[in-house]
Amino acid sequence: MKKEFEAISKIIENKKRVLDVGCGDGTLMEYLKEKQNNDVRGLEPQKNLVQKCIAKGLPVIEGDAEKELIQFPEKSFDYVVLSQTLQAFYNPEEVLEQLLRIGKQTIVTIPNFGYWKVRLHLLFKGTMPITKNLPNEWYNTPNLHMCTIKDFVNFCKKKNIKIDKSMCVTEEKISKITNKNMGYKNIFSQLGIFLIE
Amino acid sequence: MPGLAGLFFCLNMNTEMKNIKKIIIDQTLELDCGKIIKNFPLAYETYGTLNKNKDNAILACHALTGDQFCTNINPITKREGWWTFAVGPGKAIDTNKYFVICTNVLGGCMGSYGPMEINPETNKLFGTSFPVITIRDMVRSQKYLLDYLGIKKLLSVAGGSMGGMQVLQFAALYPQLSHSFIPIACSASHSAQNIALNELGRQAIMADPNWKKGNGSPDKGLAVARMAAHITYLSKKGLEEKFGRKLQDKGSLKFSFDADFQIESYLRYQGATFVDRFDANSYLYITRAMDYFDLEKQFKGNLSLAFKDNKSKFCIISFSSDWLYPTIENKEIVIALNACGANVRFVEINSDKGHDSFLLDVPEFLKTVSEFITSTYNEIKK
Repeated sequence: MKKEFEAISKIIENKKRVLDVGCGDGTLMEYLKEKQNNDVRGLEPQKNLVQKCIAKGLPVIEGDAEKELIQFPEKSFDYVVLSQTLQAFYNPEEVLEQLLRIGKQTIVTIPNFGYWKVRLHLLFKGTMPITKNLPNEWYNTPNLHMCTIKDFVNFCKKKNIKIDKSMCVTEEKISKITNKNMGYKNIFSQLGIFLIE
Repeated sequence: MPGLAGLFFCLNMNTEMKNIKKIIIDQTLELDCGKIIKNFPLAYETYGTLNKNKDNAILACHALTGDQFCTNINPITKREGWWTFAVGPGKAIDTNKYFVICTNVLGGCMGSYGPMEINPETNKLFGTSFPVITIRDMVRSQKYLLDYLGIKKLLSVAGGSMGGMQVLQFAALYPQLSHSFIPIACSASHSAQNIALNELGRQAIMADPNWKKGNGSPDKGLAVARMAAHITYLSKKGLEEKFGRKLQDKGSLKFSFDADFQIESYLRYQGATFVDRFDANSYLYITRAMDYFDLEKQFKGNLSLAFKDNKSKFCIISFSSDWLYPTIENKEIVIALNACGANVRFVEINSDKGHDSFLLDVPEFLKTVSEFITSTYNEIKK
């Protein structure tokens, strides 16, 4: 399993209700259901991935988070997970509001645009960065609203969103982000993981 | 000679009708209309074998013009069963593994209690003196059959269109009686558009002078009703691809009102063959049951109360080109299920075949049904 999912599943306690927004082929959901006895639900826009989830016995509905989240009642999940998709929404602010409404706590992961390879790519090549985590060209990327770890932390402050945990993945290792090491992590981490409410 | 052949067909059909499996329900059932029925027949068919634990049973619910013969050759009509693509050995609903039960709905014309039966009070055919039936009445009658077969909990209840409505009603009435529910291409409340289309069919039947207030054989009216309905089961794109403006005879237009276009001839054929196998009064009763279906209203305007505390798994499936029961109506069911935290999955299958998709060879659809049932069965076997 990806380091990111490992970090997410460690945050989530056993037997809790979890909504995975943009659950893909259900890898994380399956792990949470089988290993941690979580009561999982998923939302995924791609039909073929929804069908894969159904084949695995996972309760996943086909739909777009920007339209479908509204149907879930307030605080109806212990955790809502949004893995590396916040940047792909037209209106990430609104989606985040919905996630915070539905979940008692929300786990958001973001590909860090402050990662040094991204910075160097733009600085030296002068073209839009392409990395392992950001594999698309500027004209076909689904990512409309890229941000850095620092950007996301600042955003939470501005919106009065409480950050309960912040972690990052650096070269396949999971570590904590603190106020002290923020600048460093913002350069050397590919991914930020936040538990917010 | 065709008259004689027809007579033989009828006689043959009568003997075959006698061989239909049915139970006589000796209990009373209070219908939604207030009338009480008792000692009434419910015709059914089963496929596959019920295992020792009796945990591999699936109830298949038929749509408006279906019957209990969901697969193989229908012994009465000699045509393939309505869900032949989905039900059978090695198919999505695999009869090598599962025991499939299908009843003819109350109000139907394939052996169950309906307008073609004799009214014990008058010793005449019921016709339109048969009580008005609802989807809930149909589902309640099915419960008697499950009791008779000794099945305490089904693996699944599945059906499309009106079959899907029965699935939803079953889930609302007997949440504990099935591990899973598969409502396909349906809606929780019949829409104004669909009531309108049903009314069109009923009026076609009743406008036929041979209807005689339910005592005649309005073949022309029933055929027109079927033709109109058949159009609603297809999609514009599907019609375009299959027929386009193709002419029946390769030559030119005949400048008459004969069936010039292939689509006309196709519809006429659909109408003409339908009257051989379906009773016009049953058509009135069953379309009425669909129109009256409003699960939301049953739960005082809050559909999610219909599924409150329901622990079963739901798999909702719609089709992209279905304009009779469009995705948006299927999604309302999903929304209600999510609102009460039910275990729901939903997918819209891409298909150009319109509402009929659930009856046809649509591989992605059949795969989803198959995989959902398999995963549900594996889970209860754990």
